[in-house]
Amino acid sequence: MKKLVVAFGLLLNFNAFAEYGVNMTEGVTSVSRDIYGLHMMVFWVSVAIAIVVFGAMFYSLYAHRQSKGAVAANFHESTKAELVWTVVPIIILIGMAVPASKVLIDLEDTTKAEMSIKITGHQWKWQYDYPKEGISFISNLSQDSRDAVNGTDAGRENADNYLLNVDKRLVLPVDTSIRFLITSNDVIHNWWVRDFGVKQDANPGFINDAWAKIDKIGTYRGQCAELCGKDHGFMPIVVDVVSKADYKKWVVKQQAAKAAVVASATKTWSKADLMAKGETVYNANCAACHQKTGLGLPPVFPAMKGSKIANGPVADHINIVLHGKGAMPVFKILNDVDLAAVMTYERNAFGNTGSVVQPSDVKSAR
Amino acid sequence: MTTTHDEHHHGPEKGLMRWIKTTNHKDIGSLYMWFAFTMLLIGGAFAMGIRAELLQPGLQLMEPQFFNQLTTMHGLIMVFGAIMPAFVGLGNWLIPMMVGAPDMALPRMNNWSFWILPFAGGILLSTFFMEGGAPAFGWTFYAPLSTTFAPDSTDFFIFAVHLLGFSSIMGAINIIATVLNMRAPEMKLMDMPLFVWTWLITSFLLIGAMPVLAGAVTMMLTDRNFGTAFFDATGGGDPVMFQHIFWFFGHPEVYIMILPAFGVVSHIIPTFARKPLFGYSSMVYATASIAFLSYIVWAHHMFLTGMPVAGELYFMYATMLIAVPTGVKVFNWVSTMWRGSMTFEAPMLWAISFVFLFTIGGFSGLMLGIAPADIQYHDTYFVVAHFHYVLVTGALWSIIAATFYWLPKWTGKMYNEKLAKVHFWWAVISVNVLFFPQHFLGLAGMPRRIPDYSLQFADFNFISSIGGFAFGASFILLTYIVIDCIRNGKPASARPWEGAKGLEWTLEPKAQYHSFNTPPSRKLIEAESQNS
Repeated sequence: MKKLVVAFGLLLNFNAFAEYGVNMTEGVTSVSRDIYGLHMMVFWVSVAIAIVVFGAMFYSLYAHRQSKGAVAANFHESTKAELVWTVVPIIILIGMAVPASKVLIDLEDTTKAEMSIKITGHQWKWQYDYPKEGISFISNLSQDSRDAVNGTDAGRENADNYLLNVDKRLVLPVDTSIRFLITSNDVIHNWWVRDFGVKQDANPGFINDAWAKIDKIGTYRGQCAELCGKDHGFMPIVVDVVSKADYKKWVVKQQAAKAAVVASATKTWSKADLMAKGETVYNANCAACHQKTGLGLPPVFPAMKGSKIANGPVADHINIVLHGKGAMPVFKILNDVDLAAVMTYERNAFGNTGSVVQPSDVKSAR
Repeated sequence: MTTTHDEHHHGPEKGLMRWIKTTNHKDIGSLYMWFAFTMLLIGGAFAMGIRAELLQPGLQLMEPQFFNQLTTMHGLIMVFGAIMPAFVGLGNWLIPMMVGAPDMALPRMNNWSFWILPFAGGILLSTFFMEGGAPAFGWTFYAPLSTTFAPDSTDFFIFAVHLLGFSSIMGAINIIATVLNMRAPEMKLMDMPLFVWTWLITSFLLIGAMPVLAGAVTMMLTDRNFGTAFFDATGGGDPVMFQHIFWFFGHPEVYIMILPAFGVVSHIIPTFARKPLFGYSSMVYATASIAFLSYIVWAHHMFLTGMPVAGELYFMYATMLIAVPTGVKVFNWVSTMWRGSMTFEAPMLWAISFVFLFTIGGFSGLMLGIAPADIQYHDTYFVVAHFHYVLVTGALWSIIAATFYWLPKWTGKMYNEKLAKVHFWWAVISVNVLFFPQHFLGLAGMPRRIPDYSLQFADFNFISSIGGFAFGASFILLTYIVIDCIRNGKPASARPWEGAKGLEWTLEPKAQYHSFNTPPSRKLIEAESQNS
């Protein structure tokens, strides 16, 4: 009921709509601004045509009705009129096609790029690779949003940017021409950040490209825009655009963290540490299908609890996680520590009684 | 016409077997209409489920996978089960009467093409009860989500699509054969009513497009079961090729669902304006142009697949061209109203709101056709709003308009005009509450086919769902009005609408079971022609 009141309140107060968004926004790249310009131009042309056509129609509906004593005329043809309303629309269309073509040619030209980011869609998360910098990570829907989906209204309001937040953000430098190389590992996804004017299909086995030169520091959010299965609605995109100096610092930090992970992969981990890390990795990467409870969604997504693989030999377990099988995706993209942790967790949580997996086991199985 | 004697011997059979064995175009037309209406209610129930889940943020009623099953089946049932069969039903009922023919050219095939449908629909709906659930990959079933990653029930879906395709192709062949061979000898092509013209052209679209769909699902079938890799890049295939094949069917399909609607409206507006249709021949040429263009614009559904820029430019220009013949039609309808003497019985209300709301769908279509702008519209609720404006307030609107317009001829009785007006205003207001806010949602960035959304989209989704429930409920009233007409309607006259023209109005108030056993004369055809 409260919502109903709010809804009708909104209808009365047009200004309030701004907050809720009734229109496209200009965005922060030259492309997104051009698109916005085209959108508004076609919109206003449509409004103008609508006023003329609907104006004539409603005048006629008012004036030419039998109840007002209108007597029907008998005209039913006019070559002149037909010519006018064929030629005039063609001229209007050409007027729209010219600027549209210019924008299209510009936004398809990715040759100006100063750096490249490779984006890979997975069911249901994004992987970002910085080929030159050697950085690679997975970006999942953040845990508080995930928990709030089946939770309470208050839970959703308290969640940070409900459904539009991730655990690890893509970080990009401002004022830099960036080329996005977009592909997929399984089904077709679509990487869409509205403020950049970038929306491009991620096709498995093919690479598409798009570009953006972002001219404003800030956080930008987007979503997958191509139906990609069960959790299509739960794979958001968050991009932090930072100054060039901050970007350089971030890159150095990431590279150091990566080196630390490689180093830690050689040591032997305690079971408790693996279990703690494994739970986080499990909830981010596995729970969408196998569920947080480990009960899965049979018959498509089997249960972890009592699973033959989670309670069986380590080699089989590593094999299916690394290489996938059927609906089970390939998880080679995770590092050795994360994989060892998540498998240890799977083998010892939910009442399972499997052995501990060490990062070195994963490394040698790769 | 001295048909009384014949009727005595060839009246309808009694009981259930009449409907199973019938080869009569009127019986089969009725079967199609009731089947389509049933499917409309089922597909509508799915839509209610979708809107109920989207009423507020969070998942309250269903799992995401089931939500995807609902959106998929809603689309498939509405397109293949409701809209297309309803138009074939109208074609069956009306075309023989409109061209002065005694029946369809191929009556036994006509029986078959109908009776395939309940089985195809049944197979499709039964997938809900299979292990793994119904298809959940959207009505556009893009590979590889529909091949490698699809539930086992997909093979039943493929079989159902094949059956639906058979039925449509046979229906199209029948209509072409009827119009070209069974037309009254004295009737020239340019004497034909526009509903006949639009259906004739639609039939050619069906014959061209449905086999392509059959090809697409056959490739899916072999990809899924026989180790081929048409759409699998790891085997040298290409998932984007699926989209090319699908939309080479899919775009003509869109016009299959709208051209007969143009025909219906071109009958109703002149009748209630009491003025001849403006620009008969330009209407015919515009229909043919739209049909031709529909075959060369398919990739405008695929601007984001990574097409080369030259391809995008071509498909953008070709798409924009469609606005020209469509515009001609709208201008002609408005000119038909101009300086007429209008009254606003239910069919006219539906027809006028068709012109208004379909044109809104046309404007958003023009916006979507601008390739760079499509980057921001693609796969958002803006698209959902667009195609519901053209398919619900376009195609479905014309079917409801046609039902009220020809119901007296089908039943010999009048419907309750007062209730019909109440129903109209109820439906037309609620449908806009349902779909108009979806434009805003799309522009504000809400993707389509998601079961849950971020909080900024909550208010418009709430409004849209309330509109949806109200619109859904309006069909209860529609059902009552139609049944009430059949059971208790007051007797109608042979020509219940003052300004109506067309051979069907020269028949008895309830069109006799066998009509036009002798073809109409030239004089009669000229008197009833739209092209006067």
